[in-house]
Amino acid sequence: MVESVFPKRTSIVRRRFVTGAAALSCGAAVFPALARKATIESMVSAELPEAASSFLLNVEKIPVRVGKQHAKGVGINGSLPAPTLRWREGDTVELQVRNHLHEDTSIHWHGIRLPADMDGVPGLSFAGIPAGETFTYRFPVRQNGTYWYHSHSGGQEQAGLYGALVIDPADKPAYTADRDYVVLLSDWTNADPMDIVSNLKFDGDYYNFRQRTVGTFLHDIRKDGLMASVRDRLAWGGMNMAPTDISDVSGIIYTYLMNGRSPAKGWVGLFRPGERIRLRFINAASMTLFDVRIPGLTMQVVASDGNDVEPVPVDEFRIAPAETYDVIVQPTTDEPYTIFVQSEDRTGYARGTLATHDGLLGPIPPMDPRPLRTMADMGMGSMKNMSMTGEPKSDPMAGMDMPSHEKTTPDSQSVEQDKTVHHHAAMHDMDMSNMAGMDMGNMDMPGMSMHHSMPHEGSSSSIKEQRAVSGSPAAMPETQPAKLKTGVEVQSLAPQPQNRLGEAGDGLDGNGRRCLRYTDLRALKPWTDPREPSREIVLHLTGNMERFIWGFNGKKFSEAEPIRLMLGERVRFVLINDTMMEHPIHLHGLWSELENGQGAFQPYKHTVNVKPGERLSYLVSADTPGLWAYHCHLLYHMDTGMFRTVVVS
Amino acid sequence: MAAVHGPSSKAEPMNKATAVPYVNGIMPVMDQRIYVHALLDQFEARYSGSGGQFRYDGQAWFGSDYNKLWLKSEGTVGTNGSFGDGDHEVLYDRSISRYFDLQSGVRLDIDHGPTRAWGAIGLQGLALYFFDAEATFYFSDRGVAGRLTGSYDIFITNRLILQPQTELNFYSNSDGARGVGRGLSDIDAGLRLRYEWHRKIAPYVGITYSKMFHDNVGFRDNSDAVGSGTNFIFGIRSWF
Repeated sequence: MVESVFPKRTSIVRRRFVTGAAALSCGAAVFPALARKATIESMVSAELPEAASSFLLNVEKIPVRVGKQHAKGVGINGSLPAPTLRWREGDTVELQVRNHLHEDTSIHWHGIRLPADMDGVPGLSFAGIPAGETFTYRFPVRQNGTYWYHSHSGGQEQAGLYGALVIDPADKPAYTADRDYVVLLSDWTNADPMDIVSNLKFDGDYYNFRQRTVGTFLHDIRKDGLMASVRDRLAWGGMNMAPTDISDVSGIIYTYLMNGRSPAKGWVGLFRPGERIRLRFINAASMTLFDVRIPGLTMQVVASDGNDVEPVPVDEFRIAPAETYDVIVQPTTDEPYTIFVQSEDRTGYARGTLATHDGLLGPIPPMDPRPLRTMADMGMGSMKNMSMTGEPKSDPMAGMDMPSHEKTTPDSQSVEQDKTVHHHAAMHDMDMSNMAGMDMGNMDMPGMSMHHSMPHEGSSSSIKEQRAVSGSPAAMPETQPAKLKTGVEVQSLAPQPQNRLGEAGDGLDGNGRRCLRYTDLRALKPWTDPREPSREIVLHLTGNMERFIWGFNGKKFSEAEPIRLMLGERVRFVLINDTMMEHPIHLHGLWSELENGQGAFQPYKHTVNVKPGERLSYLVSADTPGLWAYHCHLLYHMDTGMFRTVVVS
Repeated sequence: MAAVHGPSSKAEPMNKATAVPYVNGIMPVMDQRIYVHALLDQFEARYSGSGGQFRYDGQAWFGSDYNKLWLKSEGTVGTNGSFGDGDHEVLYDRSISRYFDLQSGVRLDIDHGPTRAWGAIGLQGLALYFFDAEATFYFSDRGVAGRLTGSYDIFITNRLILQPQTELNFYSNSDGARGVGRGLSDIDAGLRLRYEWHRKIAPYVGITYSKMFHDNVGFRDNSDAVGSGTNFIFGIRSWF
């Protein structure tokens, strides 16, 4: 699998499963059963391999069986997901990628800082790897932590071409553990990715079988009364949107995998009571946000996107596609613990077990209730002026500390050359995780002003108009590029985008568990570039779910100019999510320093999940020249236009 | 299945992203693809006390997010094999707003009756509150005409869907040879209960109500009166 041309060093993380107890020999569960017919169920080991600096990676078609279904996926060296690669900080790694497919391929090293021509994005870094050819990646490794790699060609990422990347630190690791496991999460389907996009273009709800029905209407009437339920239906219907819109692609076609294994048995990680176990969670899914918990264990979050953070004890965390989180758990008893990973829309789960010997399975908890979108997700601001007639499902967030940024008013310019003023959204009340039961009667619906009867529509959502309609003189940040209005590619605009960094996310807030929030992430090391940003780039995340078109500032990739950065400059990216879906935004090649109120200790991330109706910002030091991809990491959002080229020169 | 890579030279609007020298001209994402879809909304047998008939109503489109070639066709076949009510349109479809497309092209009335040709211009899309709506205006040397169609999906469950549907036809002048009256010429309304055991193939049952608001003259024979009034129907809605 791995050809090492360097003498092997002792790995830094000591793994003790080879000492003593035969019961603890890392059993068949974690070794590829090559003798058996290739199946996805037993392909990949989550144990870390030895570190190496030279690799031969054969990209090839791989027969896959999930449940009873047989299909062909794309993997590497006979493995799907692709094998875990382990590097050492300070080494120069060399990776020969040989393409055995009948189409072009590519490998992108997600989150790795490297020269632009090694980034693996066809058209930007290189020409891709044609069928039958070999491309050699070679670059110095200047970072450590948990990352991953995946194809940037067509639908190959959906088809299995993704793997974990673990980089040992050059110095002592910040956190030690007795065991170290990769937990690679993904969404598998036999469907052709092109068909998935095509179906979504025809019907954005194609994969959503969790829509509101006559039954839920009657249920809500019983719960909240007739008028409240009718008003609620009218409010959503008047926007041609639905609160049940959580994921574009669901468990209807997806099987959620943990280290390549379906939930029937799942992946097993062995331990002995009292050991510290490091679990490196990677979301390699194409379209799925996951909520991760291990009932009975508190997880200490110690790293995010490869960068160490102060430990945060949580019961649960949400991980968006392309994010990574390292957690440490320390089970004290020898009972099996289930690693329970639900999809955000609760249409399925991936599952694993921490056990003292193979074959032990922990109980599977029931699925949580499905989240519903709220008016806060529509960018209608906070929910505090809504009265609850239903049962409050959540207690107000106690001790929620919102970030207080230092106020800056730099010379601001968006990509569109629009003057904007940098505002910080005021602290707002937490939204209720379930909108059923909201009395919409007292609520102003500024968004409604955008809607006129057919066929005349598409008026711009002007701030003035909304102020007039909403009647609330509350600070309405003037964030919208003057040209941005609703239209073919912009279904809605958030009239009052909020700072939502202090929220865990739809379906999590108020569920009674400690859930990770972006405000909790505090880097261990202070930032390396203390300069103030010289300018701001304001990007609206826009889309039209009915037409399934996604973009930035109302434009698809092919309709927009690239984003240009001067080499060495420090800029602030301000993202405003005008859609009602999450978008994990990934900037290649440069760090995104999330402005979450931690000052000099704000976390460095490569992928920032922007909640619906949210406004957030991060700082970027443009220290590496080249063409870099910048996109939403929901594969089909990227594919239909939510992509930009960032030029650093 | 339906997505093919459209030539980037035809990409529309102008490809501004090319302001950058892409390696070998490769685009990192292809967001200008061409998609092909067809929807057979009505494909049904209709029964009333006086006999039966078969009716179909379908649309197909081919194109990008902004520009599509749009085809519409509908017609009715009586038990005697006579093909009536034939209406076939070839339209250029342009996305103009969040939910609506502007369509323009030609309509040809081709069936057992005399053929008529019209110019057509109209709007099609999703009105607020999730109503599917089409409003088309037709013009020819014989006068003008208009058609309004609308439907709405009521989710009884996520797979059992009740769909009220209406089609109204208006004409400025009567056309006896085609059984068309002046003003509101005819109405066809239905209530269909479909079961989406698969999204793309959904059998349905229902009732329809049809009425011609004038005397049938000329070419129309008894079989064409069969569809008038209330019918019980069953059929299959499918698309790809």
